[in-house]
Amino acid sequence: MYLYDEIDQRLVDERVAQFRGQTRRFLAGKLSEDEFRPLRLRNGLYIQRYAPMLRVAIPYGLLSAKQLRKFAHLARTYDRGYGHFSTRQNLQFNWPKLEDVPDILAELATVQMHAIQTSGNCVRNITTDHYAGVARDEIVDSLVWCEVLRQWSTFNPEFSYLPRKFKIAVNGAEADRAAVRVHDVGLHAVRDANGDVGFRVLVGGGLGRTPIIGHVLREFLPWPHLLTYLDAILRVYNRYGRRDNLQRARIKILVKERTPEVFRKEVETEWTHLKDGPATLIPGEIARIERRFTRPRYQKLDPLASGYVLALTRDRAFANWVRRNVHPHKVPGYAAVTLSLKKTGVPPGDVTAAQMDAIADLSDRYSFGELRVSHEQNLILADVQLSQLHALWHEARALGLATPNVGLLTNIICCPGGDFCSLANAKSIPVAAAIQRRFDDLDYLHDIGELDLNISGCMNACGHHHIGHIGILGVDKQGAEYYQISIGGAQGSDAALGRIIGPSVSQADVPDVIEKLIDLYLARRDSEEERFIDVVRRIGIEPFKEHVYGNHNQESANRSRQLAAA
Amino acid sequence: MATIIKNQQIVADSWQLLKLGPNGELPPVAPAGDIIVPLALWLALRELLTSRAGRLGVWLDSHEDPAAIAGDFDRLALVAVNFSAFGDGRGYSIARLLRERYGWRGELRAIGVVGREHLFFMAGCGFDAFMLREDHDAAEALTAFGDFSDAYQASVERPLPLFRRRFLASPDGMEWS
Repeated sequence: MYLYDEIDQRLVDERVAQFRGQTRRFLAGKLSEDEFRPLRLRNGLYIQRYAPMLRVAIPYGLLSAKQLRKFAHLARTYDRGYGHFSTRQNLQFNWPKLEDVPDILAELATVQMHAIQTSGNCVRNITTDHYAGVARDEIVDSLVWCEVLRQWSTFNPEFSYLPRKFKIAVNGAEADRAAVRVHDVGLHAVRDANGDVGFRVLVGGGLGRTPIIGHVLREFLPWPHLLTYLDAILRVYNRYGRRDNLQRARIKILVKERTPEVFRKEVETEWTHLKDGPATLIPGEIARIERRFTRPRYQKLDPLASGYVLALTRDRAFANWVRRNVHPHKVPGYAAVTLSLKKTGVPPGDVTAAQMDAIADLSDRYSFGELRVSHEQNLILADVQLSQLHALWHEARALGLATPNVGLLTNIICCPGGDFCSLANAKSIPVAAAIQRRFDDLDYLHDIGELDLNISGCMNACGHHHIGHIGILGVDKQGAEYYQISIGGAQGSDAALGRIIGPSVSQADVPDVIEKLIDLYLARRDSEEERFIDVVRRIGIEPFKEHVYGNHNQESANRSRQLAAA
Repeated sequence: MATIIKNQQIVADSWQLLKLGPNGELPPVAPAGDIIVPLALWLALRELLTSRAGRLGVWLDSHEDPAAIAGDFDRLALVAVNFSAFGDGRGYSIARLLRERYGWRGELRAIGVVGREHLFFMAGCGFDAFMLREDHDAAEALTAFGDFSDAYQASVERPLPLFRRRFLASPDGMEWS
């Protein structure tokens, strides 16, 4: 964990006091609804369909047992006993009262947490790879760089009223597990021929209404220039990004309208004035931040003596779980473990207060009291001894957190959807549940193999449907909730946007369509090694389309089904 | 007389703000008195404006480029930047450019939609004068300057970012400086 120093703590405390004042002025009628809106948003507070929603930042996904227990306490005291982990390393409470929010923020500040800039038109919570610091393919520990950026972006006086929200992701490993290509700015750490660290800078990627893969602005930005270069990007965006149309206000539109080449020139021109200025980073600062991170005290372990290989051969259910939910670690004898929040029948990412307390205990006993939150809406114990995996599995299973489905179809990424969100066109949680029920047979699920299925309740794409191997988007069709299905999307280094296979379908038909897609995949794959996404890339979407819709169009199919059901 | 906030105090203000007409017509200019004119008027009537009695200021709208007046500073007593909406953040960048790139040292005034909640960040970007919205209580607004006791970033108010100030205060920094 990064431990605040006294200035870090003071700024967060002062933020609580500031928001308390703003809330008081709003309730006293001194701030209008329109003026209070941007202020509450930058403190994570939305007014939702049924009640306010408070989005708490989990900076770069790192969480301590103590902080998780605080979440449990807040869920019990101010909410209905649960919280929801989002796809951006945040936790959302769905039922707090507006007048309680300053008190909630004050409680969070006691465990070095906050809701600063989790919404609003400003730089949002910086996200990263959930295996940062433990991955075998690590180039740099991205957590350190994320904290550098957290400080730079927090209350940045120049960039607090941007045209639109601004999301930055940092990836510190060879493989991209931070989705840097679909962020406003993506930073991928690289080393040059001398071994010096820098960042590949991508700009203008994003999902939402206009999904775009980011453009490389710079192949190698030496690390001391990180902040001045970001200042240059943000300044160009702040001055010239569109403010006349909310749908056209993200930086991706500016980059597209100006062309990436022209945008790059503008940034470089701006940067000539900022380069080597006072915001240029110094080694002492990086070392200082590194030192403020507590690190696990790993033991010297013999991985072969762990006894877990024996358990693998004896216990097939355990072996399944290890295969899907246990991940390699850079230190011999350790592994990272995903606690699945995707149990069938539970909204993806939802955790009860009791589970939070139990998970905090697990992390204390098995993983140095720390956890990670992944953008796939799962929790990760990053530093577990191999010899303790079997015991951990037993405990996780009793808590309903050992669904062995990481990377599989039922590990659905899903936004809160129309059940909670006022932006949504359609519900998403019941769709996820219906699919999970349809594919509940574990053997079948493992046979299907790796498959990302993502669901968003509207085109704002909080469920990242564009980059799911199968993406499901809720749409409004003359007042009815329908679902548009796309295939071929992917995250990571080979990120791609999915393509829509045909007319949208009703909620009841979604599991059938998914099953048809899977049937065709299974029929057409070369071997078990060829994943769903590989087959889509090899044969294209046409065969899938035909298999789903057949010769007649979907409208008539829907009609006949509805007639049959009537 | 009207008041503004200047250098974190409420003071009387004699400046008159001129605006373009609804179709961009240039406003009439009185022969004397302190006036703040829109950029278009300044660009059209430089000679006339500099020969009149009374002090002269120019205001930039949020889409206008501060480079347009960067060569005129010796003829101006004040520069203002207009904020067209609560969430219009362009003026913050304009202010930093005026202060840090073009070297404006005189009064830099925020006008338009300027409320208590904006003051802290505006001050960070180099504004030292604020024409507060009429419906905001100026005395209460003064407390905004104390919302935060420090800032991480380099800014006009704090030219060195916190990490450099920390470093200079450390034993290593003493040696280094």
